[in-house]
Amino acid sequence: MPNVRSSALLVLVVASSALGVAAQPAASVPAAAGGAPLEVPFRQFRLDNGLNVILHRDASVPVVAVNVWYHVGSANERPGRTGFAHLFEHLMFEGSKNVAEGEFDTLLEAAGGNNNGSTSNDRTNYIIDVPANALELALFLESDRMGYLLDTMTPALVDGQRDVVKNERRQSYENRPYGMAELELDKMLWPPGHPYHWPVIGYMEDLTAASYDDVVQFFKTYYAPNNASLVVAGDIDLDRAEALVTKWFGEIPRGADVMPVAPPAAMLTEVARATLKDRVQLPRLYLAWLTPRHFAPGDATLDVLAAVLADGKGSRLYKRLVYDTQIAQDISAYQSSGALGSSFQIIATARPGHTADEMQQAIDEEIARVQREPPDAREVERALNQIEASFYRRMERVGGFSGKADQLNAYSALGGGPDFFAEDLARYTTLTPADVQAAASEWLPARRRVELVVEPEEDR
Amino acid sequence: MRIPPVLAALLALSAPLAAQQLSDRSQPPALSPTARLTLPEIQKRTLTSGLRVWIVEVHEVPLVQVNLVIHAGSGDDPEGEFGLASLTAAMLDEGAGTRSALELADAVEFLGAELGTTSSFDASAVRLNAPALRLEQALPIMADVALRPTFAAEELDRLRQERLTALIQARDDPAAAAGPAFARVVYGAQHRYGTGAAGTTATLTAFTPAEVRAFHAAMYRPSNATLIVAGDVTVAAVLPLLERAFGAWAADGAARKSPVPAAQQLAATEVTIVDMPGAEQSQIRIGWVGVARSTPDYFALQVLNTVLGGSFTSRLNQNLREQHGYAYGASSQFAMRLAPGPFFAGAGVQTDKTAESLTEFFKELRGISTPIASDELTKAKNYLALSFPSDFETIDDLAARLEDLAIYSLPDRFFADYTTNISAVTSAAVQQAARRFIQPDKFAVVVVGDRQRIEPAIRALDLGPVSVRSVDDVLP
Repeated sequence: MPNVRSSALLVLVVASSALGVAAQPAASVPAAAGGAPLEVPFRQFRLDNGLNVILHRDASVPVVAVNVWYHVGSANERPGRTGFAHLFEHLMFEGSKNVAEGEFDTLLEAAGGNNNGSTSNDRTNYIIDVPANALELALFLESDRMGYLLDTMTPALVDGQRDVVKNERRQSYENRPYGMAELELDKMLWPPGHPYHWPVIGYMEDLTAASYDDVVQFFKTYYAPNNASLVVAGDIDLDRAEALVTKWFGEIPRGADVMPVAPPAAMLTEVARATLKDRVQLPRLYLAWLTPRHFAPGDATLDVLAAVLADGKGSRLYKRLVYDTQIAQDISAYQSSGALGSSFQIIATARPGHTADEMQQAIDEEIARVQREPPDAREVERALNQIEASFYRRMERVGGFSGKADQLNAYSALGGGPDFFAEDLARYTTLTPADVQAAASEWLPARRRVELVVEPEEDR
Repeated sequence: MRIPPVLAALLALSAPLAAQQLSDRSQPPALSPTARLTLPEIQKRTLTSGLRVWIVEVHEVPLVQVNLVIHAGSGDDPEGEFGLASLTAAMLDEGAGTRSALELADAVEFLGAELGTTSSFDASAVRLNAPALRLEQALPIMADVALRPTFAAEELDRLRQERLTALIQARDDPAAAAGPAFARVVYGAQHRYGTGAAGTTATLTAFTPAEVRAFHAAMYRPSNATLIVAGDVTVAAVLPLLERAFGAWAADGAARKSPVPAAQQLAATEVTIVDMPGAEQSQIRIGWVGVARSTPDYFALQVLNTVLGGSFTSRLNQNLREQHGYAYGASSQFAMRLAPGPFFAGAGVQTDKTAESLTEFFKELRGISTPIASDELTKAKNYLALSFPSDFETIDDLAARLEDLAIYSLPDRFFADYTTNISAVTSAAVQQAARRFIQPDKFAVVVVGDRQRIEPAIRALDLGPVSVRSVDDVLP
């Protein structure tokens, strides 16, 4: 259904880039690109109120993307109010002092624009994509809710979006096959008290408990300009865009500094194994490890390992489990990178008549093999070529959740500066088969991991 | 805490004075003049084989998209062989030319390219996205896949099992089962649109390599195809490469086409509950046989559907989501194909509000036939017309739009005239289209959910006869 907005991202998200999928980002540079520069020129400045602003001009299509990151996600929540960052995100579309309820969407649609928001563990982002002539409208709307959201907030608005979010949880998790496994997996990977332990979508009882007072407090704590970053990208004049941003956002008062999240240490010391029953007919196996956080040494290597294991027909796990022996219907592997830590996950669904144990045995043999001897040079080069090409594919679009505007904000938030594209790619291009083997040995120990099996309910 | 809360509050209060005067927010800023989207020209050529080639040069990023469209899809599946077009397309890259399935995948991935095969009810396609400098190496692989697939028996058996398993998985998922269940109720088992593109357990079990080979031989011909190229190439440089790959493609005679007949329209509302014990939400689909892509009412229906369920502020979404909170989202669509595809409105709604949701659906479906306020109409028209440029941001978006031109025989001026045509839609035209194509008293209602918890309240609505079916009935 197209008319849903705002998703509670399960994956730790990240620089829309490098991760997410097994294959994304990186490699043998000039070969594919022919020396085409991988760069996104930008202008950056900071308003007096602390708002970080990044402008990028790309006039290939007459559209503009206005993209805001607030440095708050489910990791900032407290137990008893899980899911709140995401519920709050929904409220940001319900009007503000100078924008009546419903007008945010109405004005944008009448201008040919689209908008959305999403919440992850680490951040909340808002996107407005409009024809170039509606830039100032977008800045007005975005600034009004940054400055004046509480002027029109009511308990009734909170109740309304509470119901919507509960239905989002039903639709995306409870009513979706294997949907609850993802929530269970995070619970097993991260210790109680660690902010990745609870789901972005939140627990039902916590959604019920969220109050209007919580909304007021949350806005005052986290939604100040000094805790946000604004990207305007697309068919813009840089000077005019800078003047308009200053005009609409400059008056918003600075808030108190936001303390960084200080998570307790997370480590697995043994195998944690659990079985979950679901309304499904085929068993599914999840294997997961705790791994280096986004951009830390090992993070990129694990992306490449994921590609060697499960990206494409010739990848080791796909070939063995899906293609050759056909004990699995599907298999995937990826490094899910977060600001506070990451996890490496392998997920496989059994063919009828086959079991999670069978799949686990085959997977473990393949992991042991890549720990014992480095992959072939060609396997790694294939992965790197794919990753490199994906960097260029990400340069085509300015808006949406994966366009250049969001990537500039992601790189800016994660350190390194907005135009970190070439440096990000370089994390991959230097990797060798021996690096991939070493990462597999160090980060995928068989005796310290999570093993979660979803089994069909007995009466199926 | 670095700054005590009291001090922080003082700082916050003093900031706006230091920063600047407040801007005037009493009115939203006016829009500046609209920037027009200027699309590069479609340059048309013909290869020696007779294959039509459309090339659009876009030099933004060093990538090229090449789509070979075959004008045959699931709509051309022979009787008793539903799923053949889909299986044929899926088999193309499971071995072709001198390469095995694994060798093909390795060769494509090594180039940093993406090669996919697909099919819909109206067409099939092989799509390549490659770094511009590697196009010369990638094109021969693409040509092998499209023209010289191996169709090995063991590969077919593997895909057969994969597809049979996917059918099992769809039966576990209310959201995945709802669409096919609705199609089966509206079109029945005989009409092609009443069965999913992949076919049924029975047809999938029976397919042989010979059938796949025969379909390929009959349909995959230069006279029945269009080659679309978009991206960082010049016509002069790319034509010789295309000629080398597709210039010698030979096939005698014409394709064996059999157009899908228009389906019998529904006459009265019937309710079908598909039982999914334990479901936390009910997946609702309401509608009937809609229109073909060739409908003269195309632009009026675009506007109509945008008002009804095609945008965030549409009536269905505002009602079911924003006003009542029964759903995460609600929408409607006309699936326009070569023959009339389904019109449907739908949502996933919380189980204990299923009947209430149905009432709201019917309220909006009935209401759409009364005149639409001019600001609501203007908003919908502007949304469609002004957001149009964003459909052309990437080369694969652009190539997909060009595929539509080819598949539905649209005029080259379709894109250039789109905004004008949307702007010309009148309130009367929308109302006329609504009365003709949205007749709720004849709609089928399909609800995939927990029968035990939803059936009594649904029956109490008295929408029409209610029947209960198992998911195996509607997803055979």
